[in-house]
Amino acid sequence: MLWIHSDSFHRLSLLLLFSFIHLCFQLESILLEMQDPKIGVKGTEQKLNISTIPHVIAGNDIIAWISNKMKTSTEEAQAFGTMLVAYGYIYPLQNHKKLVMCNDSSLYRFQTPYFWPTQKWVPDDSDYGIFTLLLHAVCLCFIQAHYNHLHEWLNHKWDFIVMQATEQYKAGKERKKPDRVVFDCQERAYWMVNRPPVSLSNSNMFYQQAIMRSKVKSSVSLGALVKYITTYKNHDPFLASCLPSNPWQTDHDAYWTLNMRRVEVPTKMRVERWSFSLFELLSDLRGRDDFKIFLKKEFSGENLAFWEAAEELKWGTASSMSTKAETIFKTFLAPGAPRWINIDGRTMGLTVKGLEHPHRYVLEAAQTHVFMLMKKDTFFRYLKSPTYKDIQKKALNPEQHNFSPANLEQNALNRSPGIHPIILWQQEEEEKAKVAAASAPVDVKAMMSKIDRKK
Amino acid sequence: MACQGLQKGETLESLKRESETLKKKLEEERNKLNDVELHQVAEKVEVLSALSIKTRRVLKGHGNKVLCMDWCKDKRRMVSSSQDGKVIVWDAFTLNKEHGVPLPCTWVLACAYAPLRSLCLIMNGYLGLDNKCSVIPLSLDKNENLAAKKKSVAMHTNYVSGCSFTNSDMQLLTSSGDGTCALWDVESGQLLQSFHGHTADVLSLDLAPSETGNTFVSGGCDMKANVWDMRSGQNIQSFESHESDINCVKYYPSGDAFASASDDATCRFYDLRADREVAVYQKDSIIFGASTCDFSLSGRLLFAGYNDYTINVWDVLKGTRATILFGHENRVSRVRVSPDGTALGSASWDSTLRVSWSFSTGSNYIFRFIKLLFWVNSRLVLEFTVAF
Repeated sequence: MLWIHSDSFHRLSLLLLFSFIHLCFQLESILLEMQDPKIGVKGTEQKLNISTIPHVIAGNDIIAWISNKMKTSTEEAQAFGTMLVAYGYIYPLQNHKKLVMCNDSSLYRFQTPYFWPTQKWVPDDSDYGIFTLLLHAVCLCFIQAHYNHLHEWLNHKWDFIVMQATEQYKAGKERKKPDRVVFDCQERAYWMVNRPPVSLSNSNMFYQQAIMRSKVKSSVSLGALVKYITTYKNHDPFLASCLPSNPWQTDHDAYWTLNMRRVEVPTKMRVERWSFSLFELLSDLRGRDDFKIFLKKEFSGENLAFWEAAEELKWGTASSMSTKAETIFKTFLAPGAPRWINIDGRTMGLTVKGLEHPHRYVLEAAQTHVFMLMKKDTFFRYLKSPTYKDIQKKALNPEQHNFSPANLEQNALNRSPGIHPIILWQQEEEEKAKVAAASAPVDVKAMMSKIDRKK
Repeated sequence: MACQGLQKGETLESLKRESETLKKKLEEERNKLNDVELHQVAEKVEVLSALSIKTRRVLKGHGNKVLCMDWCKDKRRMVSSSQDGKVIVWDAFTLNKEHGVPLPCTWVLACAYAPLRSLCLIMNGYLGLDNKCSVIPLSLDKNENLAAKKKSVAMHTNYVSGCSFTNSDMQLLTSSGDGTCALWDVESGQLLQSFHGHTADVLSLDLAPSETGNTFVSGGCDMKANVWDMRSGQNIQSFESHESDINCVKYYPSGDAFASASDDATCRFYDLRADREVAVYQKDSIIFGASTCDFSLSGRLLFAGYNDYTINVWDVLKGTRATILFGHENRVSRVRVSPDGTALGSASWDSTLRVSWSFSTGSNYIFRFIKLLFWVNSRLVLEFTVAF
């Protein structure tokens, strides 16, 4: 049960009711204005195959109209527009699953009043039966108390009824292709808003897929879970003591200082944790650095570099995607690329084709392939390598702190504020920039031509 | 119109019958591979040594119920949000308040710390009509007016119940009372993917910690926990065994399992590879709903906050309760283990946040000394009796 309403459900729901009713009436009057041929949003016709859809409006026109009418900023107008789409008053023609208002030439249409949310006040779903009955009772009381306003309200509504009836009559009488197309669009839009697309047949399909999905024997999967716990047991501060001490317990932050991002020498526990899985090694940036040292010696750093670039693409901003995709193609995938990765022909073909229209997951196949390569081969060679053995030997094993009560009191008074995470982030960015500049692939051609020119 | 999607020869009844048969078949398939139970496997695992967990730090500063908290990646800072509209960034180690973002007349339902430098806040207007999710980039300037810098990112048609950043500050995942989850691009506010499948409010979500990082789990008022593929927007797995709303879902550290906390006063543990529920954490004495849960670093302990003001600590493998934490004076709304596993942060309706940790006996000087005394004493007694 949602606790947020449990306190004063009835009062809150009545308030919500009134504000929603009020809001809807206001919305409807605004929508009427928007559709007015003289002062509303300018509409056009849109060709769809052989038929034409009438009264089509562009997103940027709607937003400009709202912004002008309500004297608000474009951002607020866009938010309001999105609400109109989300609640079903306006529906998008392209991309009908994304219920947002875009400030561009995307096309929309006004939804017929028949499908407006306020029309939903007829009980058609047993779950909402009681709620809507309550609504009706409240409406009746409201109406009885405000007869004069009722008169006006009915007149207001009459226009809607006439508009709705006209449209339905027209549609029924002629049933021309464009009208049918329009009606289908409207209907589909209504269901997109009011009933998320999970019909019974969809959920049956889900069950069928679930039945066929490969499952693992319990003994195997549970065994793996137990193995994980056993592996990490000594690293869990709730089960084993931290070395030198848990900062919360002793008020001394040595544990955090010794395990910072860019320590020269890591602790033994940290180095041990890198050996648990490639994911652990890569997640700890200090471990990743050590892995890079190993890869440099082996002259096989391009796999990890590609994996990192693909991660940046996946989790980056939408606007930076195409530029990143292009750089990655030029650096790793193009024939003769300076850091060409060795993946099988099929994956390469799929990836290159996908890069013509880059999206967030375009490098998924190649990235998984490269990760598996590293996981099954490179990672184990790293663990046996002199690089890893070296860092294991060098790693610190701090002595357990032994504070007397007086010491502990002192610590409590002198708790160190540490380095602010934003400063750390800034330092990281600087380091990354340095590394990127230093390891930029040498453009042999440019260098040669430079030398030629000097001659 | 109501029969959209029906093929020839199908009726609503035939589809419903097919649904029941398929559900039964799925259960059969799951049981075929059920060759061992968790507690059987756990018999070979050693028993937990007695846990001594103490709550020693109390963060006071909110004026009303604290609804949510989240740790920063630096393992000591945290952000908390409250019903009085205040969002506070604390250094929990020194108890300093670093930033305060006042958002008057709003309930800040949830907050999250981004991996790099931003904060995400879910604000609902007074009557839950705002439904906005905003991101605030933090800076070093303590006096900065952060409320002015907030940027609206997500928008749903109903209240937003939970938010989480993905692996970077650039993308945000939200869950909403409108029954959907959505993935947003923070910079442009663009909707990248929406996830439909729940038939009621979605109350919580959690991202998988695995190497592929492409899935997340969500739990809602339809008593279902669904696992989603972020790329396609598809629901790939679904678990329906709770008897009431699922308030919180959290992945096991390996990413192969997850736990859920529900109003039916139980927490349950689901194995994703075997595709079934493998443990139920309940006790006759626990009758109030669980609102939140989180795993310790190794996954051996499950911390769950309940509406009876306590935090129960469960032994995930054995299914027994390891210990119980008291201290809060009202419902526990959120528990979160710090990123390096050293402490447990908890937020409560009593307007405080508390930090608890394991009181390891090893480094306690006094305790060791007392142990030594006892040992010496026992040796003397032994020799005395032997002499007699």
